[in-house]
Amino acid sequence: MAMSPPPGTSSSAMRNAFGTVLSALILLLIGVLAFSIRLFSVIKYESVIHEFDPYFNYRVTQFLSKNGIYEFWNWFDDRTWYPLGRVIGGTVYPGLTLTAGTIWWALNAINIPLSVETVCVFTAPVFSAFASWATYLLTKEVKGSGAGLAAAALLAMVPSYISRSVAGSYDNEAVAIFALIFTFYLYIKTLNTGSLFYATLNAIAYFYMVCSWGGYTFIINLIPMHVLLCIVTGRYSPRLYIAYAPLVVLGTLLAALVPVVGFNAVLTSEHFASFLVFIIIHVVALVYYIKGILSPKMFKVAVTLVVSIGLVVCLIVVAVLVALVASSPTGGWSGRSLSLLDPTYASKYIPIIASVSEHQPPTWPSYFMDINVLAFLVPAGIIACFSPLSDASSFVVLYIVMSVYFSGVMVRLMLVLAPAACIMSGIALSQAFDVFTASIKYQLGRSANSKDDAEDNTSTNNAPKDDSSSGKTDKGEEVAKERSSKKGKKKEREPADKPSVKSKIAKKRVLVLPLEASIVALLLLIMLGAFYVIHCVWAAAEAYSAPSIVLTSQSRDGLHVFDDFRESYAWLSHNTDVDDKVASWWDYGYQTTAMANRTVIVDNNTWNNTHIATVGTAMSSPEKAAWEIFNSLDVKYVLVVFGGLIGYPSDDINKFLWMVRIGGGVFPHIKEADYLRDGNYRIDSEATPTMLNCLMYKLSYYRFVETDGKGYDRVRRTEIGKKNFKLTHFEEVFTSHHWMVRIYKLKPQKNRIRGRAKKLKLKTSSGLDSKAAKKNPWI
Amino acid sequence: MAARNWIFAVAVFLSLSTFSSAQDLQIVNAERRIDLSSHIVKAFLTLKVENIGKDPAADMLLAFPPTQIKNLAMVQALAVTGKKKKKIYLPLDVKPSEQPDAPNDAGYFLVSFATPLGPGEAVTLEVLYILTHSLEPFPVEITQSESQLVYYRDSAVVLSPYRIKQQTTFFKTPSTRVESFTSVEPANRAGKEIKYGAYEDRAPYSYAPVIVHFENNSPFAVVEELVREIEISHWGSLQITENYRLTHGGARHKGVFSRVEYQSRRSISGSSSFNALLAVLPPRVNSVYYRDNIGNISTSHLRTGFKKSELEFEPRYPLFGGWKATFIIGYRVPLEDYLFEAPDGRRYLNFTFGCPLVETIVNKLTLKVVLPEGSKDPSAVLPFAVNQDLQVKYSYLDIVGRTVVVLQKDNVVPTHNVPFQVYYTFKPIYMLAEPLMLVSAFFFVFVTSLAYVHIDLNIVKK
Repeated sequence: MAMSPPPGTSSSAMRNAFGTVLSALILLLIGVLAFSIRLFSVIKYESVIHEFDPYFNYRVTQFLSKNGIYEFWNWFDDRTWYPLGRVIGGTVYPGLTLTAGTIWWALNAINIPLSVETVCVFTAPVFSAFASWATYLLTKEVKGSGAGLAAAALLAMVPSYISRSVAGSYDNEAVAIFALIFTFYLYIKTLNTGSLFYATLNAIAYFYMVCSWGGYTFIINLIPMHVLLCIVTGRYSPRLYIAYAPLVVLGTLLAALVPVVGFNAVLTSEHFASFLVFIIIHVVALVYYIKGILSPKMFKVAVTLVVSIGLVVCLIVVAVLVALVASSPTGGWSGRSLSLLDPTYASKYIPIIASVSEHQPPTWPSYFMDINVLAFLVPAGIIACFSPLSDASSFVVLYIVMSVYFSGVMVRLMLVLAPAACIMSGIALSQAFDVFTASIKYQLGRSANSKDDAEDNTSTNNAPKDDSSSGKTDKGEEVAKERSSKKGKKKEREPADKPSVKSKIAKKRVLVLPLEASIVALLLLIMLGAFYVIHCVWAAAEAYSAPSIVLTSQSRDGLHVFDDFRESYAWLSHNTDVDDKVASWWDYGYQTTAMANRTVIVDNNTWNNTHIATVGTAMSSPEKAAWEIFNSLDVKYVLVVFGGLIGYPSDDINKFLWMVRIGGGVFPHIKEADYLRDGNYRIDSEATPTMLNCLMYKLSYYRFVETDGKGYDRVRRTEIGKKNFKLTHFEEVFTSHHWMVRIYKLKPQKNRIRGRAKKLKLKTSSGLDSKAAKKNPWI
Repeated sequence: MAARNWIFAVAVFLSLSTFSSAQDLQIVNAERRIDLSSHIVKAFLTLKVENIGKDPAADMLLAFPPTQIKNLAMVQALAVTGKKKKKIYLPLDVKPSEQPDAPNDAGYFLVSFATPLGPGEAVTLEVLYILTHSLEPFPVEITQSESQLVYYRDSAVVLSPYRIKQQTTFFKTPSTRVESFTSVEPANRAGKEIKYGAYEDRAPYSYAPVIVHFENNSPFAVVEELVREIEISHWGSLQITENYRLTHGGARHKGVFSRVEYQSRRSISGSSSFNALLAVLPPRVNSVYYRDNIGNISTSHLRTGFKKSELEFEPRYPLFGGWKATFIIGYRVPLEDYLFEAPDGRRYLNFTFGCPLVETIVNKLTLKVVLPEGSKDPSAVLPFAVNQDLQVKYSYLDIVGRTVVVLQKDNVVPTHNVPFQVYYTFKPIYMLAEPLMLVSAFFFVFVTSLAYVHIDLNIVKK
């Protein structure tokens, strides 16, 4: 995008300047598109934080903006995981909060008094604009600016990314995807230029990525894989070394600075690949160096010597590594990473990971929903990347292959696939357009001129095209020789008079298609693009804009709003004591602390499985046992989510099996089989007595039968099993307008009466002791 | 009757003390009507005052017992002249006043007559005073199905430093359900009205305490704190933001709240709770929003009209006794309706004081008028006393900050919704400061990028 005129004519300078301004304008529009397509949620609903995790991030940002960065690092949160608490500063990826906090601080410093909430709501759309610009840069490095613009436009509206970055979706992924693409861009840039400047920037971008998201391990495994690939395919160059070695050293040091990563940056298995490749690249570099200074014969001798010694050393190192890894119980891999490598791992061993819907493998329709036509364009893009294969294009090919695998394991990682798919499709579209427009030009030119002139026409017509697209890919190969020119932007404009261009033109001539075919294909491509745009806008407007704390339904007399969650959180925050503890299933922990400002027992962080299992056990126990567990945890209110009245499917009864499973995983007296009738989960009259007497059933359906006289549950589409019952240890203190949230208070302990106490003692001493002790881990 | 004896004792004791100026006046006839139908107690007092002294009297005193004086939100007095059909009301000046020899910490208000009352002359006064927080729930805690009963304590006779020849007092209750009332003969009840009197010739400072215990299910909406911010923009609008902290000031809710009972048996369940509020906003109001800390609240209706706009809204949940809620109402009105230029060249804002919610008490009202950046010499004009203060606020792209006139008043009732004025001087050139700043900032950015592109920073020429 340089402004300095090339040594060519002034008309080509004008064209270059025009092209630069045009692409800058297009990029600006792409940024505006990326931002505004994510505002459907604000327009259709309101400017509000969405879902669950964003509420936690919002709360942390509020704390940060109020108390400053040092307080933030030392923040011990006593409002959650009662009575354990949680060290927020050391267990959170701080990138997102620091980013939003900095934006807020900067805006307020110049007297633009936006609230923290507003900044948080719009962080994700702003960063998606950045991400699409980063995509442009990355794709431009791979296949030229035409492909870059196409890829940026595709990424700006890819539904998969929109689903995680609509306004209000204030989650780590919002900034992490930008960081991911930008890190890759800087890696490719370093690889193409061999500049230490970009290598350093790359390490800093990697640091930002580590700050932002646990998905940074994807980078630190993908880049070593690419380096290894380059070495194996004989593409080792000093540029590769510059691109990789500083990244590992600086990146690891920087990563270790982030409290949540710390020594994990060198200790866990996720990072071992990078160190292994780090060793290999040094060995390879040494070999190339020695090869350079020795004669071929001497070199052969040296090789045999080194290989024999090297093998021994390698064996020792591998043995030590294996021993180290084997000594840790999970082999040094975290649960989430393991479930990536072995898709069945989570469902076998860690129900808490398996219980989260976004950790499930995706279905085929979700691919179509999330990346739409890109799925068809990706193969074409891969083919385009192989002609010719450069370091950069081999990287994006590796990227797409790996991300396709990961997205197949966990639906959430579809997000990592989306940028790769956009880059590939951008390349494919751009190449296709090149071929078709060039053929049309050629055909038109041929019909206008005589047959003899055709040859010349082809070359003149195709030359500018090559300039922008294929000419640039050669750059990557050529760059090695041009170490003198440091400024990347100057380089793009170098005249494409390399011999390879001529061969390109020769190749292009083979690709010339008939006029009609080109026009039809062009129209079809445009239709495909239009279909993509329509789908994306639909997805952004309908599928992904709901904030999930407010539900709406369209009825005959207009829009009906179900705002029960906030109703009950507001009730909790205003009408209970500030130190009261609220127990609920962990899904609602973040929202309760953020919106109601009450202490919760468990939350969405799920770091302590036993604690969650305790709550699960309480919910699956009969009333008295549950009361004892909750009372020992100092709980005053129990919150359950119930959708049976209005048909809200993701309520606690539908999640209840997970509570049983997780609770039973730690406290074996809870058995899943007790809650199932012949393997079926049911709450109607066929349900098991254990099911009908457990706390969750009772709290959900308490006095439900009085609403319609039958107790018809609209989610399960059945009448409930046990209709009239009383609560002895809990009392209803609040139920929201549509019954979606019900809050119960633990009744205070009854005064002890002498005679009764004796009786009770006799009862409990008869063999129930051990069981009671097991039920309740807190006394 | 013990109460009766006590009254006489007080009367005898009080009549012994001397009030030289006070004894020049006497009240020929006093009629008091106390409206207990909502939680704001309104008392209408008709006094016929006669000067029996030798000197003209310029003013007279109204006395209130110490329990009432702290809950007294407002006292207004009108002089009535003319006969039945052609009555002319003349507002009189009423000021709180300190009397050195006040018995039992009684509080006083001084009413100044329009023209001094000559010897032997008589005048008829209409006095309105409003009491807040004067209905005491009993029982203090009620369950969802019970209705709310309250005590109202007052005196059967009007407390006054003057002799009252004849007087009657009426209490109007919201419903016919009256549990009990203290009997001070003659006293009787008919329907919604309890009548005390007529009592003849009572000495100064006579007092006859009575308690009325009755049902009152009207919404006890009390705004504990209201912060209204009025931001003046000379670009054409007034932005008003109101922060409410609302509570139900009645009998506290006890035990269970059952939604099924609340929904299916509205008539008997939660009769003292309230769920709907009404705010009267200015006409031509636009961009109205209603939200709280955690987002928009969707239950509201706006009706705009020529005289006024009405915003009907519900808090997130019904408010039972003791429950609290916070919310924010914001709206915008066109500037030309409220900002005028005074003859001396200053500008003034003419806006309504008080709280837009109907039938609510505001314990603490803070009204902030944010003047545009660069305005000088602010001064506020109000018909009653408020605490005034000046602050500085920084808003969008401010450099010197905006002057904020802060008006603060406790115990505000709907009768305080009267216009007030804030005068200030402002030069229109300041309106251009911020656009010019933005223009120059962008200009600077483009010039720098121009310079960056054209200057070759390389040391080695290629």
